[in-house]
Amino acid sequence: MSKQNSFRSGPDERGHFGIFGGRYVAETLMPLILSVEKAYNDAKNDPAFQTEFRSLLRHYVGRPNPLYFASRLTEAWGGAKIYLKREDLNHTGAHKINNCIGQILVAKRMGKKRIIAETGAGQHGVATATVCALMGLDCVIYMGSTDIARQAPNVIRMKLLGAEVRPVVSGAATLKDAMNDALRDWVANVESTYYLIGTVAGPHPFPAMVRDFQTVIGEEVRAQCQELEGRLPDTLVACIGGGSNAMGMFHPFLDEPSVKIIGVEAAGYGIETGKHAASLTGGRPGVLHGNRTYLLQNIDGQIVEAHSISAGLDYPGIGPEHSWLHESGRVQYVSVTDDQALASFQTCTKLEGIIPALESSHALAHAEIIAKDLPKDHILVINMSGRGDKDVNTVAANLGLGSL
Amino acid sequence: MSRLAKRLSELKAQNRAALVTYMMACDPNQATAQTVLNGLPGAGADIIELGMPFTDPMADGPAIQASALRALASGGSVKSCLEMVKAFRKTDQNTPMVLMGYFNPIYSWGVEKFCKDAAEAGVDGLIIVDLPPEEVDELLPHAKANDIDFIFLATPTSDDARLPTIVEKASGFVYYVSIAGITGTKTATTTDVGEAVARIRRHTELPICVGFGIRSREQAAELARFADGVVIGSVIVDMLAKGDSIVALALVRDIASGIKDARK
Repeated sequence: MSKQNSFRSGPDERGHFGIFGGRYVAETLMPLILSVEKAYNDAKNDPAFQTEFRSLLRHYVGRPNPLYFASRLTEAWGGAKIYLKREDLNHTGAHKINNCIGQILVAKRMGKKRIIAETGAGQHGVATATVCALMGLDCVIYMGSTDIARQAPNVIRMKLLGAEVRPVVSGAATLKDAMNDALRDWVANVESTYYLIGTVAGPHPFPAMVRDFQTVIGEEVRAQCQELEGRLPDTLVACIGGGSNAMGMFHPFLDEPSVKIIGVEAAGYGIETGKHAASLTGGRPGVLHGNRTYLLQNIDGQIVEAHSISAGLDYPGIGPEHSWLHESGRVQYVSVTDDQALASFQTCTKLEGIIPALESSHALAHAEIIAKDLPKDHILVINMSGRGDKDVNTVAANLGLGSL
Repeated sequence: MSRLAKRLSELKAQNRAALVTYMMACDPNQATAQTVLNGLPGAGADIIELGMPFTDPMADGPAIQASALRALASGGSVKSCLEMVKAFRKTDQNTPMVLMGYFNPIYSWGVEKFCKDAAEAGVDGLIIVDLPPEEVDELLPHAKANDIDFIFLATPTSDDARLPTIVEKASGFVYYVSIAGITGTKTATTTDVGEAVARIRRHTELPICVGFGIRSREQAAELARFADGVVIGSVIVDMLAKGDSIVALALVRDIASGIKDARK
């Protein structure tokens, strides 16, 4: 598929990254998927689209956000220089808005009036509801009832923004099940509706399209690191559920062999317990939600429920490009537990005055493990993919602080 | 000639449509499901679709999803689906058997091995909901090598531009999904289905069976006037969910007689 000398040329025209990716959807959706692909390809090559996208990122989202030198974390961990890419400072509080701005413009080009989306932590739901409010489009968000309970503040935000939040009760009532129900809605409303997928997964062209809209993260890191340090970073670390913040940061650096790239999955209670969300560490290739990728599944190919303290990582799959980068060895994938993430959540909050999302806390936790053994001039960039306001109830419950 | 082709051409010669019945394997358990399955030809089923349970059936409504989860809870698996077909073949050598499900359990079993094992068990066709023409090449050669028909779905979104892609690789019959939606929810009008079937016929000589949203003898009979086959599923699954296999088979008998008289 890709040229031997590049990790950045995928997917092929059929949406495959090696054996991963593809378009495993019901026939009803195929013509629609093909029309999304065409609309996206047209948009990509339209300078007016790019101008509008960039303009909204700057004036509405607030980009570029800082690449912040975290001096107190650097001192505490006693090794590498720690930088935080501040996606948490974006409008709506996470990287998710980058993709939503891009896709809502594609949906408008297609003449769609109704937007549906799935959400886990609620960050993608909030970002989708936000761009729908901005563009005056109807918005329906599918969210597992388990997640509605643990991310209540985001549910209220979505409702205030004018979205209808539909609770999903099937399965474990988390992100996987929300995605099933969003796909069912799309099959039943193909004419009117655009499915705004929130991560680098799903049928082609979504993994490539979402990645492209998120690469603004990595492009900024590259320029900002050049400005601050006069060179490329040495190590990048990002958390992975579906993997959109990670792919957005990693992609512009994939062909820079000097840059070590690490994705951090959620190990939940520990990989050995079976209660985790680490598809690459604890899963194997399969087909779900329109793509072939690493999945948590039993011996008979039935999907197994994921577990993570972080609703945004609580998904039994991962974007297909990550599966390919894993097998090619270009990106190293590791995992950290709920407890490790909770500890780093507190460290970052106390030392830097920045409350990270529980998702991003997984990246912090792995950075803490490796930073101390790295030289003082080693530049380690962590993607602070979102802010943790939405997680304070979960954290309080876990730390025995009672609920708010 | 394959069992499917033979059955469909016999029915064409008799000038009547096929009754295609769907049920989930191993719901509520393997033994009960086997009894119902073995009773279907006697009740008037001409072709049987046996559902293979999957945890995440994205094209199915609540009834069939619940059925799949019951089947899995009772130990349903690829292995037990194949066992059911094998047991069925001890009592019936003529009724075509089509397995219907999602790709991941088959991929997990091993595509080549699955096609071989399915053929050995007595399977005649496959419907894999999430394996569209764009992705089917990894399975199709193995199905062909084992004389298994691969049945593609056509839908209300399949226009004249899309249909050639669908029928190009199809065999057995074309399954027209009469609504844009999930199983067991909306119902299409007879006029719309008639137009769609006529459109598909312009692209293929294969028989066309119509399914999704058909719940009564009257509906089935109306469609049986022009379609080559009528598929009923959710309504059978609903009755089996209530533990009423006798009522389910009686319904099949009733719909079968409606179809038999439809063109008279």
